[in-house]
Amino acid sequence: MREIALHILDIAENSVTAGAHSIEIGVEEDLPNDRLRVLIQDDGRGMDDQLLALVANPFTTSRTTRKVGLGIPLFKAAAEACEGHLLIRSKPGQGTSVDVEFQRSHIDRMPLGDLAGTWRILLIGFPDIHWLFRYRALICAGVDAVEFLFDSEPIKRELGEVPLTEPSVLAFIREMLQEGVKEIQDPISQHE
Amino acid sequence: MSAIKSLEDLKKVREEALQKRKARETTGHTQVVVGMGTCGIAAGARETMKAILDTIEEQSLSDIIVTQTGCIGLCEWEPIVEVSVGGSPKVTYGKVSPDKARQIVEQHVKKGETVTELVIPA
Repeated sequence: MREIALHILDIAENSVTAGAHSIEIGVEEDLPNDRLRVLIQDDGRGMDDQLLALVANPFTTSRTTRKVGLGIPLFKAAAEACEGHLLIRSKPGQGTSVDVEFQRSHIDRMPLGDLAGTWRILLIGFPDIHWLFRYRALICAGVDAVEFLFDSEPIKRELGEVPLTEPSVLAFIREMLQEGVKEIQDPISQHE
Repeated sequence: MSAIKSLEDLKKVREEALQKRKARETTGHTQVVVGMGTCGIAAGARETMKAILDTIEEQSLSDIIVTQTGCIGLCEWEPIVEVSVGGSPKVTYGKVSPDKARQIVEQHVKKGETVTELVIPA
């Protein structure tokens, strides 16, 4: 996978599979400290220590646990190749959080990619989940972070019986996410 | 800075959508499911779903529900798209690139004709 956004999509799909009702995806670009952080947090069924160990090392799994898959190890390897890490915290019944960090300027760090597009298809594809998307940037030390926060619930409440796949609603959501991401990326590129 | 879309804008979108809804007859509803497991994502399923959503948006196609599913065990056929129109049984398409996704919307979703050459052989 060539984008961090695609890895985010993959991890979020795990959260859906884990029966989550609410999933938060946060991306933070920290320029002064040269870090790029991703946090994916869900309220799904969580994992016990045994399963957690398998997730970190997929090649020891048997076919019956196949659905754990290669997604996490791929993302972990990508982060570790860039002076970063991937940590999973999980307890049965208490959800799972996946915390990933990259050295932002690392030569091997893959691009963030199409974050707005990824968020859009998660929201449309899983309309029953409460999505919270957060994108923030710390541009320079001592200056407040800029942040874009998207919460699916006020939008779904406002729409009522109108589905998210209604063409005008699709356009609205696409523009809202694209504009929100742009509001954060513009000051970053101005700074660089 | 441009003005971020607000919930006020969404109110207008909703009202217009409801009016259109009243004006047209309800056609049987169409369901499109895109496989979005690790295998699907690695094969380009995000771009496939994006092409479907963009086509719906560009052509103002209503009554189409687009959702996702995980790995269905046919990883070598990803990206996979399933289409069911009204009460007809679902059709499973394989190796659906964005262009092929647009073709499936044109032919199957809009006209109800299966795109035979893209169906995964049983």
